[in-house]
Amino acid sequence: MSETYDIIIIGGGVVGCMTARFLSRYKLSILLIEKEIDIGSVTSAANTALVHPGYDPVSGSLKAKMNVAAVPLWLNLSEELNFAYERCGDFVVAIGQEELPQLDELVERGKRNGVTGMSIVSGDEMRKREPLINPAVSGALFAETGAMCDPFGVTLAAAENAVMNGVTILRDTAFEDFIIQNKRIVGVKTNRGAFGCRWAINAAGLYSDVVMHKAGVRPEFKITPRKGEYLILDRADFELQSVYFPVPTEISKGIMATNSVHGNTILGPTAHDQDDKEDKTNSESGLQEVLEGGRKLIPCVDPRHVIAVFAGLRAAGNAPCETPGVDYGHDFIVEIPATIQGLVNLGGIESPGLSSSPAIALRVIDLLKDAGEKLVEKSDWNPIRPARPRFRHMTHAQRQAVIEKDERYGRVVCRCENVTEGEIVAEIHSPVPATTYDAIKRRTWLGTGRCQGGFDLPRVTHILARELGISETAVSKKGGDSTFLLRPTKQAEDDHD
Amino acid sequence: MTNLHYDVVVVGSGPGGLAAAISARQNGAEKVLIIERDIELGGILLQCIHNGFGVEVFKEDLPGPSYAQRFIQQVHDLKIDTLLDSMVLETTPDRRLFITNRKLGIREIKAGALVFAMGCRERTRAQIRLPGSRPAGVYTAGTAQRWVNVEGYMPGKRFVILGSGDIGMIMARRLTFEGAKVERVLEIMPYLSGLTRNYVQCLQDFDIPLQLNHTVKRIIGNNRVEAIEAAAVDEQRRIIPGSEEIIPCDTLLLSVGLIPENELSRQAGVRIDPVTAGAFVDSRFHTSVPGIFSAGNVVHVYDLVDWVTQAGLAAGKGAALFAQGKLAVSDKVVRTQAGENVRYIVPHTFDPNLLAEEAIPLQMRVKQPIEAPVWVEAVCNGKSVTRKALPYARPGEMVTLNLKPDVVDSFRESGTLTVNITER
Ligand SMILES: Cc1cc2nc3c(=O)[nH]c(=O)nc-3n(C[C@H](O)[C@H](O)[C@H](O)COP(=O)(O)OP(=O)(O)OC[C@H]3O[C@@H](n4cnc5c(N)ncnc54)[C@H](O)[C@@H]3O)c2cc1C
Ligand SMILES: Cc1cc2nc3c(=O)[nH]c(=O)nc-3n(C[C@H](O)[C@H](O)[C@H](O)COP(=O)(O)OP(=O)(O)OC[C@H]3O[C@@H](n4cnc5c(N)ncnc54)[C@H](O)[C@@H]3O)c2cc1C
Repeated sequence: MSETYDIIIIGGGVVGCMTARFLSRYKLSILLIEKEIDIGSVTSAANTALVHPGYDPVSGSLKAKMNVAAVPLWLNLSEELNFAYERCGDFVVAIGQEELPQLDELVERGKRNGVTGMSIVSGDEMRKREPLINPAVSGALFAETGAMCDPFGVTLAAAENAVMNGVTILRDTAFEDFIIQNKRIVGVKTNRGAFGCRWAINAAGLYSDVVMHKAGVRPEFKITPRKGEYLILDRADFELQSVYFPVPTEISKGIMATNSVHGNTILGPTAHDQDDKEDKTNSESGLQEVLEGGRKLIPCVDPRHVIAVFAGLRAAGNAPCETPGVDYGHDFIVEIPATIQGLVNLGGIESPGLSSSPAIALRVIDLLKDAGEKLVEKSDWNPIRPARPRFRHMTHAQRQAVIEKDERYGRVVCRCENVTEGEIVAEIHSPVPATTYDAIKRRTWLGTGRCQGGFDLPRVTHILARELGISETAVSKKGGDSTFLLRPTKQAEDDHD
Repeated sequence: MTNLHYDVVVVGSGPGGLAAAISARQNGAEKVLIIERDIELGGILLQCIHNGFGVEVFKEDLPGPSYAQRFIQQVHDLKIDTLLDSMVLETTPDRRLFITNRKLGIREIKAGALVFAMGCRERTRAQIRLPGSRPAGVYTAGTAQRWVNVEGYMPGKRFVILGSGDIGMIMARRLTFEGAKVERVLEIMPYLSGLTRNYVQCLQDFDIPLQLNHTVKRIIGNNRVEAIEAAAVDEQRRIIPGSEEIIPCDTLLLSVGLIPENELSRQAGVRIDPVTAGAFVDSRFHTSVPGIFSAGNVVHVYDLVDWVTQAGLAAGKGAALFAQGKLAVSDKVVRTQAGENVRYIVPHTFDPNLLAEEAIPLQMRVKQPIEAPVWVEAVCNGKSVTRKALPYARPGEMVTLNLKPDVVDSFRESGTLTVNITER
């Protein structure tokens, strides 16, 4: 075993990174391993991006408890970590009289869960607040703690703050098995060799079942990926005022229409179970379903408004709720299992997993303390992760100042989102460096506008090659063999002679 | 650069912008500035290294960069200022511009008259909602063209091209020259969307099959494109079940249309025609905002560069006159109206008094192809004004009808001129 850590976190999604960040407060050596080329690139990058108030989960479930416990943490967290977070409130919109009674049910459930700040607004009021809403709206539930965020931005900010405070992150590093001695986990095997540890934290998202089974824990637990497809609409066409859910059905929260921190409207998600944990493809039928569902709330939606499509996979589990008397079979798992030592087991963290992530991280700390771990705070822990300059959001005077310091901030590389060369270079040399096109895109939102990278792609490829000291043909979209370019042209080869 | 006030400012240095700047200077504007975000003048022509430019203007068949060079030379000769590597971030209705440049930082520039010549961008995968995975290897044809012709890199070795636009067809030939295999060009419509001449010279001559009424149903491959699933479509452009076919390839190029780049125009309050996605303009390419002109692909998507140059010349003249306070305000206006089988006409209006001095070209595209001799006929108040015969009419090829000074008597009053394109 090459190195030994106090704690190894398996998985760099929002749950793993948030846990790393909160644990970095203590005198512990921590390693986070992530199988993809970048952190936060799986479910934490492809979801509805909402911090839910907590009226939706079944009362008494761990989902409800974690969600509601996390809500008050977000504002402070967004200020410490400097990620995009907007508390605009959210609405559950009843269309037609027959849907109205369900709003009262939601309010009741919300109260049982401990949600505050809910109110019922009339159809008239709703039409006033959102001119684009379906005129057949009969009323809505408004929850003032609902918020939009940039979920990848949250994950990245937590990861960077963890690194600033001494956590090691290894990407492109996949967990393969535990090293177990006398019913105690003493290390993990990865594709990059073995690492010793006293504790392992399973935060592997869609693969959390596979990971826990390697430790012999909960053999009956199974994750069934449930796909959600989305459409993104151009903010140049229209911008919604807030976040709108339809009244929920038995199986899902339904197709919603929401503004985003980018100002683009997001429609989705669908909800269809599948076997494949990697298949995040979009289907024609899925996109059609989103369009039709979205029109129920916002009738003016037109296919011509679409600028991007994507899909995410919910890690839907089958863990029964442990609260006596609550009959619910799809709860979160946040536990230290009794059958093995040295494992913190997190599983089935589907929605509202993003919303709950800070509370889950704090719960992990409590569990470790309960297990006798003496957590000593560092005197020099720095909870602040500074924001980097974002040309798009600056005044002209601020832009002038940043260009005077570094002229690369004066050259716009992404014409739709106004991302500059300076910002791209800064991301390549940041605490969790961007090494691929998609990594830059998620960090800067470059290439997410109307032209979808058509303009910036050759330019970003060039900058990545230059800054990383590699050939342009080695620059990739998302690591591995996802390279953009095959070889120099014949003509270019001749020119080099 | 100390003085940031110009008589005429041109945004964009493609053939439209170059012509506008030259013409503004030649028509009396003293201080003229071209702002270009790229590091060279020339616009999209710089990556069009194939021949096919200048047949109308120079009666010569030139590669894109050579065509541009003739105008760039004039820009220098006429001592027109240029600001390269400078992006216009913002404009206002009173013609102030905010630019960013690495050396200058953020600058405000005031223009006596403004010409927008920002060109267009390509329609993307998302806009046609292509299903499937999201691997590397799906590019717009123009992005691939830049890579191959400007940066000197091949983006793949086995290609499928979706859309029969001109850039896609030109790239099919270019990639074949470079030793790549172009498996097929798929077109969802029952007709070609680009020029017939490009079909013959770029596809037929290289045995590259074109399949009309076909589309891509799905992209396959996780990291890099491994194949696409092609399928035939019916008259409603719905996929015909059972017609699916997997075509192995490593790259999918999209040549599915161009969209005028009008974000700056919108900021300045310029009214946009939903059909062309460009500004409403008169025959001088004056937009709805006084002193703001618009020329080239930013107005509507042209097929031949020569017409872009002409539009730039007209816009530049208008801008120079406006800046000098000499642009006559007319009491009469004629509106053009797309009649039978015509999708749109540019310009949207013209001043009949101007027609007494100079011919006004009306440019339009047909809705449906007619593969038989047609009349292009302009009608005003139920009377035929002028007409011309063409051997056929196709959506991919722009139709021009020249209104000559000798028909000026048809427009004694304000009115509407309708153009119809029908079978002879
Ligand atoms: C369609 C959809 C909509 C949603 N909307 C919302 C919402 O609006 N609000 C909300 O609160 N929640 C929402 N969620 C849920 C939320 O996105 C997830 O709960 C959250 O992102 C889960 O984070 P995670 O870290 O557990 O998982 P992930 O982000 O998937 O992270 C797990 C990480 O583990 C890594 N990993 C897996 N196996 C290994 C291995 N063997 N070795 C190393 N690393 C490994 C993965 O690569 C991955 O990066 C939504 C989810 C979906 C799919
Ligand atoms: C790929 C391609 C192939 C073609 N092939 C042929 C052919 O073979 N024969 C033929 O006759 N015609 C051809 N055409 C058509 C013809 O070349 C174009 O119609 C013509 O170049 C358009 O000129 P333009 O000046 O309107 O735009 P462009 O040439 O696109 O120029 C616009 C310029 O504006 C700049 N710009 C945009 N926004 C800003 C901003 N905010 N700040 C600063 N600068 C900005 C851009 O960088 C660009 O340089 C082709 C067109 C394309 C796109």
